[in-house]
Amino acid sequence: MLTRRIIPCLDVKDGRVVKGVNFLNLRDAGDPVELGARYSDSGADELVFLDITATIRSRKTIVELVRKVAENVFIPFTVGGGIRTVEQMDELLRSGAEKVSVNTAAVANPDLIAEAARRFGNQCVVLAIDARRSKDRPGHWQVCVKAGSEPTDIDVVEWAARGEELGAGEILLTSMDADGTQAGYDNALNKAVTDAVNIPVIASGGAGTLEHLYDAIVEGGADAVLMASITHFENYTITQIKQYLRDRGIPMNL
Amino acid sequence: MITVIDYSVGNVKSVCNALEHIGCEAKLSCAPKDIEGAWGIVLPGVAAFGYAVSALGSLAGLVRDVALAGKPLLGICVGYQMLFEESCEYGLHKGLGLISGRVVPIPPGRVIPHMGWNLVSLPEDMDLFAGLGAAKHFYFAHSFCADVADAGAKIAYADYGFELTAAVQKANIYGTQFHPEKSGPAGLTVLQNFYDICKRKAQ
Repeated sequence: MLTRRIIPCLDVKDGRVVKGVNFLNLRDAGDPVELGARYSDSGADELVFLDITATIRSRKTIVELVRKVAENVFIPFTVGGGIRTVEQMDELLRSGAEKVSVNTAAVANPDLIAEAARRFGNQCVVLAIDARRSKDRPGHWQVCVKAGSEPTDIDVVEWAARGEELGAGEILLTSMDADGTQAGYDNALNKAVTDAVNIPVIASGGAGTLEHLYDAIVEGGADAVLMASITHFENYTITQIKQYLRDRGIPMNL
Repeated sequence: MITVIDYSVGNVKSVCNALEHIGCEAKLSCAPKDIEGAWGIVLPGVAAFGYAVSALGSLAGLVRDVALAGKPLLGICVGYQMLFEESCEYGLHKGLGLISGRVVPIPPGRVIPHMGWNLVSLPEDMDLFAGLGAAKHFYFAHSFCADVADAGAKIAYADYGFELTAAVQKANIYGTQFHPEKSGPAGLTVLQNFYDICKRKAQ
């Protein structure tokens, strides 16, 4: 049986790991290479690195960073942030990333997903979706792009299903409403998306307690849970998280 | 020295990093002399099958020849799938045909890709798993799987609601559907075992 995955997320800005609340008010959380190696050694199932600056200058930095991270990380890791072309994906994969995530560029050009899937295989392509509860349509969420700064008219559940059709191998689903609040995942969102697609969904945004992780898996149906604040600042170790979930009947690689 | 075949696609660096981490000299190359001169060959795999096969191009014949001549060969993920006769990922493509069998989609009715850590039952007589005990978790990321039809192949399975082929061994030819280079300490042990096999063979 496949275990559920515990995935620390490292938001990288100017070469440092940072963590904000609702995508704002960033605080420093350490060196990405060091933090990555620490997570790899301490039993994390996977890592996600998001370049949240995603400028032309930061692109070179992130490739170099991926190279350094890959030397000490022997678990899979995904890299995302500002990726626009399959050539950029190829560079990141060749530098040691296992998967790449696309967000804004895929919304602008959905064929990017299909092109990447044909070239690298579906399992390499993660569709990252930043979701915000719709004010006009209760029970719906809208896709936001450009690091969450720009809402679109696209419905999150429909976009996730379309992403699967195009060849995405996984959905990284971030609730902007819950992100960094440590008040729990948006499990209505998670459930709506996991019910609509047949590819793995990584729930992201809002983890504050161990129970939140359990709820995202059981209520939200998530295959994996992403977290930042609760592990970066060492509220919980990966082992504590896994022991708790295993004791509550969730299959874990422990 | 182990040559990791560089077929210009996907994450080939991670395999080199992991081999170097266990003290193995690894060379990323697609030069025929490096394939002929190596103690062992690794066919890494991060790509769609068709893309990987066409990127391998004329090297396919050479890899096949040295493997049939007894040089240890380890295929990983798509590199493992390429050991078989054919795959139907994005069209029908011929593989190296070193092990009888076909690469087919994972049967529907479950989350696909099969992505994450699954428990693999480790047969005692498979050299790659020496010292690892009866079962270990390994990292998988794939949508297709091998349907092995080779009576001479040893097989390790994982449970994904059906018996999923996780690894094969036929004489000096080895393959893992999972990624040993991304499977933490247990994965590094698999690579160490392959390296030991190569060293023994070379001496």
